[in-house]
Amino acid sequence: MASINQLVAVSLGYVAFLFAIAFFAERAAVRGRGGWLRSPLVYTLSLSIYCTAWTFYGAVGYAARSGMEFVTIYLGPSLVMIGWWWALRKLVRIGRVHRATSVADLISARYGKSNLLASVVTVMAVIGVTPYIALQLQSVTLSLSIFSPPETAGSLNQFQAAFWVAFGLAIFTVLFGTRNLNANERHDGVVIAIAVEAVVKLVALLAVGIFVVWGIAGGIGPMMDRIDSSPIGEWNMDRSRWVALTALSAAAFLALPRMFQVMVVENEDERHLQIASWAFPLYLMLMSLFVVPIAVIGLDLLPAGSNPDLFVLTVPLAEGRVGLATLSFLGGFSSATSMVIVATLALSTMVSNHVVMPVWLNARAEGAQVSGDVRDVVILSRRASILMIIGLGYLYYRFSGGGAALAAIGLISFVGVAQFLPAMFGGIFWRGATRWGALAGLLVGFAVWVFCSLLPSFGPGTVLSVATFDGGLWGLGWLRPQALFGIEGIDPTVHAVVWSLTLNITAFVAVSLVTFPDPLERLQGAQFVNVFDHSTQARGWDAALATSEDLMIMSQRILGADEAQRLFRAEANRQGMPGQLPEPTQGFLQHLERELAASVGAATAHAMISQLVGGASVSVQDLMAVADESAQILEYSNQLEAKSAELTQTAGKLREANEKLTALSVQKDAFLSQISHELRTPMTSIRSFSEILRDTEGLGQVEKTKYASIIHGEAIRLTRLLDDLLDLSVLENGQVNLNLETGKLGDVLEQAVMATQAGPSGALTIRRRHVNEGVMLSTDLDRLSQVFINLISNAQKYCDADAPRLDIDVRDGAGRTEVAFHDNGTPIAAEAHALIFEKFARLNDQDGSGAGLGLAICREIMTRLGGDITYHAEAAGNTFVVHLPAQAA
Amino acid sequence: MTEQGPPPIFLERRSYRRRRMMDALRLLPVVGVLLWLLPMFWPKASDGPAAPAPLAMSDAIVYVFCVWVALIAGGAALWWALRPPNGDGPEDPAREDR
Amino acid sequence: MGKHVLLVEDEINIIEAIRFLLSREGWQVDTHSDGATALAMIRDMRPDLVVLDYMLPGKSGLDILTELRADPEFTSLPVLMLTARGQSRDREMAEKAGVSRFMTKPFSNTEVMTAVRDLVQLAQ
Repeated sequence: MASINQLVAVSLGYVAFLFAIAFFAERAAVRGRGGWLRSPLVYTLSLSIYCTAWTFYGAVGYAARSGMEFVTIYLGPSLVMIGWWWALRKLVRIGRVHRATSVADLISARYGKSNLLASVVTVMAVIGVTPYIALQLQSVTLSLSIFSPPETAGSLNQFQAAFWVAFGLAIFTVLFGTRNLNANERHDGVVIAIAVEAVVKLVALLAVGIFVVWGIAGGIGPMMDRIDSSPIGEWNMDRSRWVALTALSAAAFLALPRMFQVMVVENEDERHLQIASWAFPLYLMLMSLFVVPIAVIGLDLLPAGSNPDLFVLTVPLAEGRVGLATLSFLGGFSSATSMVIVATLALSTMVSNHVVMPVWLNARAEGAQVSGDVRDVVILSRRASILMIIGLGYLYYRFSGGGAALAAIGLISFVGVAQFLPAMFGGIFWRGATRWGALAGLLVGFAVWVFCSLLPSFGPGTVLSVATFDGGLWGLGWLRPQALFGIEGIDPTVHAVVWSLTLNITAFVAVSLVTFPDPLERLQGAQFVNVFDHSTQARGWDAALATSEDLMIMSQRILGADEAQRLFRAEANRQGMPGQLPEPTQGFLQHLERELAASVGAATAHAMISQLVGGASVSVQDLMAVADESAQILEYSNQLEAKSAELTQTAGKLREANEKLTALSVQKDAFLSQISHELRTPMTSIRSFSEILRDTEGLGQVEKTKYASIIHGEAIRLTRLLDDLLDLSVLENGQVNLNLETGKLGDVLEQAVMATQAGPSGALTIRRRHVNEGVMLSTDLDRLSQVFINLISNAQKYCDADAPRLDIDVRDGAGRTEVAFHDNGTPIAAEAHALIFEKFARLNDQDGSGAGLGLAICREIMTRLGGDITYHAEAAGNTFVVHLPAQAA
Repeated sequence: MTEQGPPPIFLERRSYRRRRMMDALRLLPVVGVLLWLLPMFWPKASDGPAAPAPLAMSDAIVYVFCVWVALIAGGAALWWALRPPNGDGPEDPAREDR
Repeated sequence: MGKHVLLVEDEINIIEAIRFLLSREGWQVDTHSDGATALAMIRDMRPDLVVLDYMLPGKSGLDILTELRADPEFTSLPVLMLTARGQSRDREMAEKAGVSRFMTKPFSNTEVMTAVRDLVQLAQ
């Protein structure tokens, strides 16, 4: 027989080995050489924490009592894994996309980040799982006691042993479970340790199984014969239990906090799930392969009354195989410890995040103002939670006395955690699920579970009185814990599963249908249900890159896609990284925070960045606050946007007005410059000749007369210029008073010709067709005459033909009377056409008698009269056409 | 199949095959549930003397484990067939994206 | 030196006045009124002094001056420029182009004659 001391030494050595592995794994991960730590194999093996000491020891005991029923506990998870595409795929994606740290976190996130819901789930999980932890402690001490000789049984204080085991596990969990506070809550050391333990327990169970089949029974054939002739040799399966337990184990597999931890939280790559989908059922199949043979041989070999839960140990011992028994002990030890570690880790995360931290933050009364020391507080709270949960497990073990059959407590725990399933999967697949529905379902299911499963497990007369068992709660017959609503004859476990889940789902659906979710809840619901539309296949999830990606997504939402991409690309370039995503360095984060602060304010930007980078250091309430704040900011920014659009419009109008004013100013300058020139030129001659006349002695009479007439001519020119300017100014300002008269066009033309012919130069020949000139006009005849005079005198001045000639032709154009003035002089250069009617547009003025205002005045007059004047270049000569106003004709 | 046809048809076939594999993957758990529901209908010891003789435990074990192995093999085969065509499978996530 | 002046101006009466003033002082006065051909005229005649109007048909007096100064032969030829536009910017432009003296119309006869005498003295 191995002595207790030897066994303890082996256990301690084994534990030291696990510590070392976990330590090196953490170190390798920190140094970035931990790729192998996250292989699909390790992922699959880590899932094996599903197989606890209950499985390792209890399955054989279960088989010894109920035959093949034990296998249902493995069939459910196998089906879930094989059917990964239906549910697990979505669960893992959602868990990763939303950074869910636990079942409670997932449920609370789905229902609008409700901390109430999270704390309810946490309390339920603690109540449901703590007995299970107690069960593991019990199995370790129980298995230890097997090795102690009967006469010295007293030397092993079971409670003391359990205490030291619990203590060791607490140390391990604190060390490797709260070592670093990752955004994604991954624990490389823990995962690698449980993977090693998974191998140990499989090897141990297979070794015992192979020994039993080939060492004792003598091969498969004889083994099968022995099975058939054993007390469990006939199929005697309760049909309802077969179905209910398979379904229950499937549900528990999905809802157990520790399974969520390894399956979702510790998941490195979604494709690992695809491999685990067949590799984990293979593991389960191997784990259960030799259960029945071991049970049958145990029943055969060992004296009646031996505890079948310990056949895995006692069979090799009875055969004198101490080494095998020790290996087997290590297998059981592994099963128990790995479960305790992960379950504690998962529960402590929940307790810390959803109970301790909110309370602490509220107590600090700072709310969303997250200061730097929060991470320390989180770690401290996490460690305290771990000690508390293991302590609770130990106390439960201590006070329950460790008597109940191992399997029973396992199933009760399963039913408890299965209550999470409707809220979880309802939330993932049904957008209509609401927070109140989830809460109602959870509470109803939990109450039914406590009443029908947990309390009755202590036996009649302990917690629930015998009267309650027989007559129902408060004497109500339909409230009997094992025959709800008076329906009797159902297996108690099936009864608890069916009623708790049925009422849970009913309450969940009914309340969801009648309540209305708040906006954040609806948003989250849509993101959860349609997770595959919103997220890309996340492969090769590098923690650093993932963070950058998240920062990018968040920044895009706040800054807009272009701006965010520009920012990130610039930073990536600066860091010398290829691609779009830079390393989230301290400097970049600060820079980004400032950029974001510009959009959403400093407090929010800080909270958002620390949410992504610091992970759990921001509480659920902060998230709520940020979400509400963002909504307000969005509205505010919409208003700003509208205002800014208005401003842009106004600015545009102002710019236009300014351009007009500038153009006007330029025109005014040019005009003044022109006027200056036109005034100064005649004045120069006047001044110069008047000085000559004054200062020159002995000028002849001829010269005196000549110079005086020059002065006179220039003075007249000046006067005319001033007249023209005033005339134009009056016309342009619209201050002119039209003097309406009725007269014949011919008379007006006659008057104009007369006026011009009176001038000094009479060389111009004017040809008219008097027959057409009988049109009667009703307009300002003097002004019209002014236009005609201008045109005729222009022809007189500028027509450079040898025999200058002007044809005045009255014609009917499109219902309006036109008067065309055609001369035979040199046509005006094409580039000057546009300027003809502009002020001071003297085209080829050498005699200096005109200021270039004549045609400008003509156009103004015609516009005032309601007509027009146009210029037409001819092959030989120029034509000005006066379009008379329609009503004038 | 015409001369110019083969390449597109080949590709089409390939994606068609992938889709049917996905169908099989989705159906596999349903098959598992049905096969493992069958033991419900097996005669058992407590049915009474009038009922058929209960099934031998060895046969039950063989059936349950055979179904199990078949499901595992099916799952593994489908995983193998549905692996991403380039790269050496899911073990090497780092290679494809960077 | 000779007293040969070329007057480039398009206003008949102003030409008349300046011609009268300069010929009385013994200058040989040639006139030209087209901006486009003025430069060729200067090169041809090689006057001792050029009186140049700012605004001319064909080519502005400023352009003529700029081109004239670009020719090394005429860098020191005295040029008196007259303008009726009366804008300070015009004076700056002309000085930049290398004008010898800049005067705004209307001018006093004494002013013009003093300027002409100064320019001739400077050139000697």
